[in-house]
Amino acid sequence: MSNGRKQKRGFKKNNVLPGFGLSLGYTMLYLSILVILPLTMIFFNTSKMGWTRFWDTVLDPRVVASYKLSFGASFTAALINVVFGVLLAWVLVRYPFPGKRIVDGLVDLPFALPTAVAGIALTTLYAPNGWIGSLLGFKVAFTPIGVTIALTFIGLPFVVRMVQPVLQNLEKEIEEASASLGATRLQTFIKVIIPELLPAILAGFTLAFARSLGEYGSVVFIAGNMPMKTEITPLLIITKLEQYDYAGATAIASVMLFISFVLLFCINLLQWWTNRNMTTN
Amino acid sequence: MAGNVPLQQISAPIQTNSSTSEPKWLRFVLISIALIFLGIFLLLPLITIFIQAFDQGVKVYLAAITEPDALAAIKLTLLVAVIAVPLNAIFGVAAAWAVSKFQFKGKNLLITLIDLPFAVSPVIAGLVFVLLFSTHGLFGEWLFAHNIKIIFAVPGIVLATVFVTLPFVARELIPLMQAQGTSEEEASLTLGAGGWKTFWYVTLPNIKWGLLYGVILCNARAIGEFGAVSVVSGHIRGLTNTMPLHIEILYGEYRFAAAFAVATLMSILAIITLIIKSLLEWKTKKQLMNN
Repeated sequence: MSNGRKQKRGFKKNNVLPGFGLSLGYTMLYLSILVILPLTMIFFNTSKMGWTRFWDTVLDPRVVASYKLSFGASFTAALINVVFGVLLAWVLVRYPFPGKRIVDGLVDLPFALPTAVAGIALTTLYAPNGWIGSLLGFKVAFTPIGVTIALTFIGLPFVVRMVQPVLQNLEKEIEEASASLGATRLQTFIKVIIPELLPAILAGFTLAFARSLGEYGSVVFIAGNMPMKTEITPLLIITKLEQYDYAGATAIASVMLFISFVLLFCINLLQWWTNRNMTTN
Repeated sequence: MAGNVPLQQISAPIQTNSSTSEPKWLRFVLISIALIFLGIFLLLPLITIFIQAFDQGVKVYLAAITEPDALAAIKLTLLVAVIAVPLNAIFGVAAAWAVSKFQFKGKNLLITLIDLPFAVSPVIAGLVFVLLFSTHGLFGEWLFAHNIKIIFAVPGIVLATVFVTLPFVARELIPLMQAQGTSEEEASLTLGAGGWKTFWYVTLPNIKWGLLYGVILCNARAIGEFGAVSVVSGHIRGLTNTMPLHIEILYGEYRFAAAFAVATLMSILAIITLIIKSLLEWKTKKQLMNN
């Protein structure tokens, strides 16, 4: 610590602009108080409860059923968003049509609309007597399908917004080259365009998946919340908290947090891959 | 993770060429499928909100948004946003300054830490503050002894909201300020301006639209946050109910028209957010083309 000045010089390379210590110090302090300290509480409290109790809690059949639902519905929803997200990005970048700017703006609605509002609107639409629910021959609201629909809504902008800029920066020359070498339009799309878009698609998928796993507001209304059947993992945390089972809630939260960290790592890796692809092009 | 799309990514002019384009009928089919999907998944829920809100007439609608509990919820929601958004805006500027103007070790780790709240479930965001500040929490006894209430009170709601909306401004500003580099600030310093003067007259005008963009997204999330706030609020009517929690209670009591009436207020705000967002994107696109 005595040679702190010297260390700092090696640690920081640009010495011309002022405010490095102040801005970095403030950033670290703010993050430590509001993010790092609170999140370490999860692992700290979990470590206090002991292995057997921890495993009993997180492998309880009701909890395992909630993982299955959360994972299955989030995965399906993210997959739906990949298909329609790529289509939407493609249409928005490549084709002119009336009202395009409004459509482009509307894509971000799930980011701007409060999740609880989205939740009650979707429930009303897909309930057995709702506009869409009454048209369909099967039950949607209060089943895993309803959960998937809510998560599709929440994750919709991610793939579109990840793929759109990559598609815009894609050079037409490679498509022309592919066409001049005799490839059909479909072959060009599958063998030339899709591989270029792949990192962005995967990043969008992972972002949508990660968001869906933790989502609460839009799902609780449409899910029906029946134990073992339509109970998502975040809801179980709240249920345990309401029963003052703080240890149980924390144990489940630590599992979710661990998965979030893994996904965050994947997202960073994919974004690094996307950026590298975009700069080499 | 929401809304972390850098502002400066803008559309290129559309080129058409027969060898690298699709036949007209296929374009029409693709556009139609895309629009039908958006119509069912986005537009229909939005329309439902407004129709359900006026289902029992204008009188019920007006009564629902002017009853004391609703007004208290609106007031609390605005109060929370007024505290949380400026805090995260200042943090965002400081973090973006450190990350974009200097080279240092561990920078990528710092950016990941800033992103972290986007990856964490809102429910966990609420839970961590319960573990810290509730009566059984780490600081619970001390807070109880000093008669300070954080959980099931307004400070807890503010903390949870700050956590959830923390990355928005920083995520907008970091790529923007990285793209702008440091040459303008260096020129200003060479000409004899001080650090703060350089910030106010050189950096801030350069980042004002990006900052506004981040603030607007941050504000939308702060006002609409449900999961995190739900955990720490305690749902005390007239005291710790924000607008989304008020909607949940009305819905749970089968007062659907009233629930949707309050929801329209939040939907209008969401639509305004989207319009300002589009305008800002259009403005930066024009600015970039002029340069």
